[in-house]
Amino acid sequence: MHPERRSRQKRPRTRADARSEGLDYHQNRRRWKSWSSWNQTAQQILSVCEYSDCARFEFRTQCSTEMHKTLSIFGWSAVALLGALATAVIALHRDEPINALWLVAAAACCYALGYRFYSRFIAAKVLALDGNRATPAERLENGRDFLVTNKWVVFGHHFAAIAGPGPLVGPVLAVQFGYLPGTLWILAGAVFAGCVQDFVILLFSVRRDGKSLTEMAKDETGRVGGFVAYVSVIAILIILLGVCALIVVNALKSSPWGTFTIAMTIPIALLMGIYLRRIRPGKVMEVSVLGFILVLLAIFGGQWASQTPSVARIFSLSAPALAGLIIAYGFAASALPVWLLLAPRDYLSTFVKLGTIGLLAVGIILLHPTLHMPALTRFVDGSGPIFAGKIFPFAFITIACGAISGFHSLISSGTTPKLIARETETRMVGYGAMMAESAVAVMAVIAACVLQPGVYFAINSPAGIVGQAPDVAAATISSWGFSVSAADMQALAHAVGEQTLFNRTGGAPAFAVGMAHIFSHTLGGQALMAIWYHFAIMFEALFILTVLDAGTRVARFMIQDALAHVYKPLGRTSWYPSILATSALVVGAWGYFLWQGVKDPLGGINSLWPLFGIANQLLATVALCVATTVIIKMHKTRYAAITLLPLSWLVAVTFTASWHKIFDPSPRIGFLAQARSLQLSAPTAASARLVFNNRLDADVTGVLVVLVSLVLFESVRVWVGVLRGNRDARIEESPFVMTRLATEERI
Amino acid sequence: MNHLVRVLRILRATLREIFDEASYARFLQRTNASSSPGAYAAYWREREASHARKPRCC
Repeated sequence: MHPERRSRQKRPRTRADARSEGLDYHQNRRRWKSWSSWNQTAQQILSVCEYSDCARFEFRTQCSTEMHKTLSIFGWSAVALLGALATAVIALHRDEPINALWLVAAAACCYALGYRFYSRFIAAKVLALDGNRATPAERLENGRDFLVTNKWVVFGHHFAAIAGPGPLVGPVLAVQFGYLPGTLWILAGAVFAGCVQDFVILLFSVRRDGKSLTEMAKDETGRVGGFVAYVSVIAILIILLGVCALIVVNALKSSPWGTFTIAMTIPIALLMGIYLRRIRPGKVMEVSVLGFILVLLAIFGGQWASQTPSVARIFSLSAPALAGLIIAYGFAASALPVWLLLAPRDYLSTFVKLGTIGLLAVGIILLHPTLHMPALTRFVDGSGPIFAGKIFPFAFITIACGAISGFHSLISSGTTPKLIARETETRMVGYGAMMAESAVAVMAVIAACVLQPGVYFAINSPAGIVGQAPDVAAATISSWGFSVSAADMQALAHAVGEQTLFNRTGGAPAFAVGMAHIFSHTLGGQALMAIWYHFAIMFEALFILTVLDAGTRVARFMIQDALAHVYKPLGRTSWYPSILATSALVVGAWGYFLWQGVKDPLGGINSLWPLFGIANQLLATVALCVATTVIIKMHKTRYAAITLLPLSWLVAVTFTASWHKIFDPSPRIGFLAQARSLQLSAPTAASARLVFNNRLDADVTGVLVVLVSLVLFESVRVWVGVLRGNRDARIEESPFVMTRLATEERI
Repeated sequence: MNHLVRVLRILRATLREIFDEASYARFLQRTNASSSPGAYAAYWREREASHARKPRCC
């Protein structure tokens, strides 16, 4: 053993000893703090004093700690200064385009500071993470659901589960206000709300043997909490699936190239499933690479299809036709065995997703494009063409994933807590993975802002606002101060291999054009613009359809679980009558929202995306209610603000947004006002359906708000009871068991 | 060099976990079976319900 270590173990020295040996401890400590004189001081003191081994060790340790501290202070001060500078540039710079690297710098610094200081504070002071406490992965390890897993592996697994189309689509839509509101909300929302929610819920689930959010809500806030969480999850799933399907429809309508490519992913996934089952069992990465190559071939095949009139006719589908096909696909995918379609599609989309996100990050860094969108547009007044409403509250519900998403609390209380090896790793997995998703949202903002504003609005504005004819649409958008011409749009459509790019609402096509712009400037030039555009569309549509498959099935299981209380056989997931009935119920529900969006003259996104945002943020409200309740029951009330503040913000945002969406007198914002306006204008069968749809949307929003208000009320009752001492503050944690894991990590 | 090897090992382990290869290997170890279409079918029978209940976020 090294002599210094041996002497440290004996711990013979004290400050009094140091003084007795002639060393003025405090005087020298002050001198050591001076970075410039540190080495000189050390040499002088060492030469003057005769030290024993242990004295020298303490001295060196002290110096090393001081040096490390000084370096750390300098380093983090530099990060804070750079972050402040970058944020100031993006916030205060006006009238001239800025470089995307300012957004990247601001994001990187905010995440670094948030992770280093805020998450560490939460971990140490509020949650008191205990590395010695055995996690359910260790105590209940069964090799299947519960499994001790390396923290980086869990991080990758968790990120792959939380990253979906949301952080790409929401930020693109919110760019109608300019790049500033969305970017600031993504950064602040992630650091102070989204990452905190994911981290805290993950830890609480770990301490409760991996219980789900609905179970924790029932245990901590009462039966109402559990019921509302269940209803919110079903509602959010249904609305999410409807919106996701609408995004795909809007991206693929009248696009033979895109439709052919996406259609080909179905036989490719089936082929992968059969290959895995019959030819090379379990070789998933191998078959994913094979599937990816086939998908690339399908993109080139799509080009051929779009240029061959007889084939192009078959794949040029209207929005209603595509909606019908997607509904039929959703039903079939929900009823087919998992191994045949869902699992291989999931593997393929994960493979493409991780690769493309990495590629986009590299592309942005290498190209560091200029953002043409202004910091703030004229639509901050609430008159935006993509969705109506002012920055507050609509920017904050439009961007959910990327800032804070209630859906993440389901993942954080699902598979992930059953894989965590140590409590201390929840910080990296929960807080860290959400930061990574937030970074994806920043990339989406950049991809949308590299487009000329006129082009961005031409792609994203519905025909009902700007007009159907290209000349009329271009003139309307130019009249807003965002210059664009029909000829420019035609040239762009031609460059990306489309017939037209007007009125492609939903965010996906605008993101794809931006991404193609970045990729084609990095690799391949303008010649590959069309290939990159369709690659981006394939990338988005592929994992949106995976969300559709998986979401339909998850909702189906949840309904089957509930129906089992009424009639037991309905809960059997292998009983075909039950499978078909519940699949039809789920697909019918989201299919209805999809159809409503397709038939909406304002493009559907205007009403459905805010509805989805409200549902998602309301679920986050439930998760934060549960988290605050647990923190108060842990007698950490002085720190309850870490979840209480985001909760208060979300309540303000979602309740205000819900109020506007239901009661706002403007027909473009309020569902009821639009229903009234349609009733007054032309009482036809079509308008009667639109009136019904608007009233339905208002009812859904109202019911969700009432249910979440109940959870909030129940939670506040619990908090007051615990604080007054009238209520038992017992928390439903599993008992402490000392870990048996060795200190080294397991892989 | 050691760091690089370690990073690559973790990356590989992450991908194997995400793509369920590690899960299948654990199944084979647990059941003392060797990889075959039959074993893979049995593996899927065992985990179909849990895989299908895994939500993917928006």
